[in-house]
Amino acid sequence: MAVQNNLRRPSERPPEAPEREPAVDVRGLRMRYGTHDVLNGVDLRVEQGEVLVLLGPNGAGKTTTVEILEGFRGRSSGEVSVLGVDPDRGNEAWRARLGVVLQSWRDHAKWRVRELLAHFAAHYAPYGTPERPRPRDVDELLETVGLTEQADAKVGSLSGGQRRRMDVAVGIVGRPELLFLDEPTAGFDPVARRDFHALVQRLAGEEGTTILLTTHDLDEAEKLADRILILSGGTIVAGGSPAALAAQLESDAEVRWTHRGERQVTFTPDGTGFARKLFERHGEEIEDLQVRRPGLEEVYLEMVRLHESGRAEEAAGSIPLRRQQ
Amino acid sequence: MSADTRTAQTLRLGAERGWREFRGLLASGNELFSAVVMSLAFVLVVFFQRNETLEDTGISTATAALPGIVAMMLVYNGLVGTATYLTTEREDGTLLRAKALPGGIASYLWGKTVFMLLNTLLSVVLVLVAGLLLFDGVADGLADGGPQMLGMMVLGLAACLPIGAILGTCFDNPRTAIGSLMIPFMGLTVISGVLMPVSWMPDWVQTLVQFTPLYWLGLGMRAAMLPDTMLALEIGGSWRVPETLGVLALWAVAGFALALVLLRRMTRTVNGATLDESRLKAMQRV
Repeated sequence: MAVQNNLRRPSERPPEAPEREPAVDVRGLRMRYGTHDVLNGVDLRVEQGEVLVLLGPNGAGKTTTVEILEGFRGRSSGEVSVLGVDPDRGNEAWRARLGVVLQSWRDHAKWRVRELLAHFAAHYAPYGTPERPRPRDVDELLETVGLTEQADAKVGSLSGGQRRRMDVAVGIVGRPELLFLDEPTAGFDPVARRDFHALVQRLAGEEGTTILLTTHDLDEAEKLADRILILSGGTIVAGGSPAALAAQLESDAEVRWTHRGERQVTFTPDGTGFARKLFERHGEEIEDLQVRRPGLEEVYLEMVRLHESGRAEEAAGSIPLRRQQ
Repeated sequence: MSADTRTAQTLRLGAERGWREFRGLLASGNELFSAVVMSLAFVLVVFFQRNETLEDTGISTATAALPGIVAMMLVYNGLVGTATYLTTEREDGTLLRAKALPGGIASYLWGKTVFMLLNTLLSVVLVLVAGLLLFDGVADGLADGGPQMLGMMVLGLAACLPIGAILGTCFDNPRTAIGSLMIPFMGLTVISGVLMPVSWMPDWVQTLVQFTPLYWLGLGMRAAMLPDTMLALEIGGSWRVPETLGVLALWAVAGFALALVLLRRMTRTVNGATLDESRLKAMQRV
């Protein structure tokens, strides 16, 4: 994606003010289909201007959560507020403040790229404000997502990568205050992926757009997120900034050793210190010492593995700590 | 923003969408070809009867059948066409995109209406031009009853589009929609008096078809285009104009009310997961 530098807008990202109303506030969100609980009481909060990544294996409930927030589906119970409004009761003016990046398939195949973008853009015109003019300029937007050359091409003739860029353009054409991206880079090649990440960072940095992104890819989450929430088995099992989350999940090292032929194991935040004391006390009686720190990646992969073997609840419980920042 | 500006905006965006899609149809060889074939197939069927006279009316069988063919094109487009487009576009994500836009569903539905109007107009014009070139008496009929026919077209579409939309909400995908609708539609055309006089049908069939918009639209078109010598072949020997207007208006109003409820319910259930599901199913069939 040839990302151009034209997404600036006059107003700066607002300064941090913790008492400000969050962009998204979810409490006790539950979703049940028949007897199957997809979401078991999800709590999450997205601050204004923040990039929050909802990380979790396929089937963890990410898409369901996002679609409830987008107002695309109802919920079984729980309190949900998106830009101060319950999505079940969101009107068109509320809708105009949101951006949704959908994965297109073959809709609007006969429309030309610029034509379609201009048609969608016009829907936002009545909802512009002085500080957030709507919609964006279509030609600038085409340049931003690197589709200038395809402006007059039929949507149906675009390559997969070009089409996804058009999806992103459609999602941000209304200059949203809050942007939802559900698995946005699925099927991207590495270059498209890198360019897409740069675009997300620019939207968040220069425009102060609040972004809620879902992914099952830990690398992507670490790269983009101000904060990561891990969703597993229908609940948030861990959360924090990428660094804090890593530290939090690494905090219990597993120490294994053999003392006089007897195997021992313990979990401690300070594996090295524990090992030192062990040697001080028992000296050469200690054998087979192992100190293992399951990192964020390891914990996450274990969770994915359990998930894929159909043991979602166990996967949720496999996260060593449930503390949330 | 006031409700008026919002309505004006919806109408403008819908008109833009309808026109663009119609232009897309004209530009696409396949779709234009099938529209032409569909319209002219029935003209071709009656073409072979152009030298036969219908009973002792003095009107050729072909000319007498033309208003019925126009009615059939209207009902086919308004009903089967609308239902198919709606299920197709729910399946391919068009509707979900509309849902993500402010005022998107309204502009989509109005756009679809405009598109179906243009689409139907194209079919009717094709049938009439072919009729004018091939059959005697069509020019006279149009000269006399042109405006009346235009009125019937508008009323007929108003009656059929909502039913098409209702049917469109009933099917999961366009393949089952067209499969389930074509056979009953074909059956209906045989018994509804559009291809042969309804007075040739048994009494119970005559009663039955008077519940369908197709019968009344066909009657209205014949009233507009055919001379009164043809009345002998109609139920009660009358064009029954007030009844025609009444029944079609009733269908239009009732259909519109029900369509609004069902469309609202349908668009509520459109989301990414249902889209993925239908995409998967479609891929398996391809």
